[in-house]
Amino acid sequence: MTNGRMLPHVSATILEEQVGLSLSEVSRACAVHAEMIVELVNEGVLAPDGREPHRWRFTGVHVRRATVALRLQRDLGLNLAGAALALELLDEVEALRAQLRAMGASRE
Amino acid sequence: MEFKDYYKIMGVARDATQDEIKRAYRQLARKYHPDVSKSPDAEARFKELGEAYAVLKDLEKRAAYDQLGSNWKAGQDFRPPPGSNGGFEFSGSGAGMDERDFSDFFESIFGRSEGHAQRSRATHHARGQDHHARVQIDLEDAYTGATRAITLQAPEMDEQGRVHMKKHTLNVTIPRGIRAGQHIRLAGQGMPGVGQGSAGDLYLEVEFRPHPRYRVEQRDVYFDLRIAPWEAALGASVEVPTPGAAVEVKIPAGAAAGRKLRLKGRGIPGSTPGDFYVVLQIALPPADTEAARTFYNGMAEQFKSFDPRSTPGA
Repeated sequence: MTNGRMLPHVSATILEEQVGLSLSEVSRACAVHAEMIVELVNEGVLAPDGREPHRWRFTGVHVRRATVALRLQRDLGLNLAGAALALELLDEVEALRAQLRAMGASRE
Repeated sequence: MEFKDYYKIMGVARDATQDEIKRAYRQLARKYHPDVSKSPDAEARFKELGEAYAVLKDLEKRAAYDQLGSNWKAGQDFRPPPGSNGGFEFSGSGAGMDERDFSDFFESIFGRSEGHAQRSRATHHARGQDHHARVQIDLEDAYTGATRAITLQAPEMDEQGRVHMKKHTLNVTIPRGIRAGQHIRLAGQGMPGVGQGSAGDLYLEVEFRPHPRYRVEQRDVYFDLRIAPWEAALGASVEVPTPGAAVEVKIPAGAAAGRKLRLKGRGIPGSTPGDFYVVLQIALPPADTEAARTFYNGMAEQFKSFDPRSTPGA
């Protein structure tokens, strides 16, 4: 029953560094219908390369962003605009934190 | 198993109205949501909160929970009342969260939910759910890549269709060049799919263990280098230990404390590698002997016109 000493070895990719993902690949990665991803693009949460949906190219960072937006929507009862606002504010907080850390580092 | 005080977790009175419970949940959920909060126990708090809310928002479940009485204290050893036999019966679950994450205490009262047919996120292709976990690595691992054995718990169904938690260990390759906050995706290592559906993926969020020597900002790595006053004044060549290798660094003459020397491309590797910054700190020899004090006094005499409070460069 046990795996013994030979553990299954799994190779890994870095999510954020994936590039050239299509709309359907992103929806699959986020486990939602494509329409949901289209809505996220329309709300300005995701900004893929390419003009029409079938030419859109996303990166792993988009997948990550979409996942967080969907989780915030689901867990906090937000609508799309609310989730988009929360994401923007979170980005801002993160940028401020980074600045604060950098200042702390140079002051020491 | 430990008794869980759901009212206390939600910070509401035992006679709170359903509206009050909902309000408390919304407020705490915003506070402890793992995507929002940076506190290390946010995930655990959020899970606990979800469990408490799943019980208290549901009138049937809340009534069953209240039947246990109000004398229980959180953390007290709890044994389910005799005759309850693995749980009460409930119509519909309706919890927004994944009940498979709930505690043993929850299961002892309400039983284990099976099937999850009500889950709206079960999509058309019935792909297995993705799993998320966190993994701590050392900064050095990002320079070289590494292999880590990672143990995960996941629910699994046996031949009788019963679900139980099973531990499994995977050897995971940590790719070289990974940065804190990034996610390692392990395709097919999430929850098994339903029917013909493919398995979900496993996502590991990477965190660097705090390092005694280095600070990391995105791709860049910072290192405080302590140098002697004469090294700062006259310039020097000093060996600096970067995570990759030791490097000779030239300190320019007249270097000020806090000055950053950039070693291009010696940060976290990748297609655009980060930089390594040496931050100069000037360490003073202690004036703890007569000779040392005489020497400092001599310096004061020598640099009479030097005013450290004047604006530099003015």
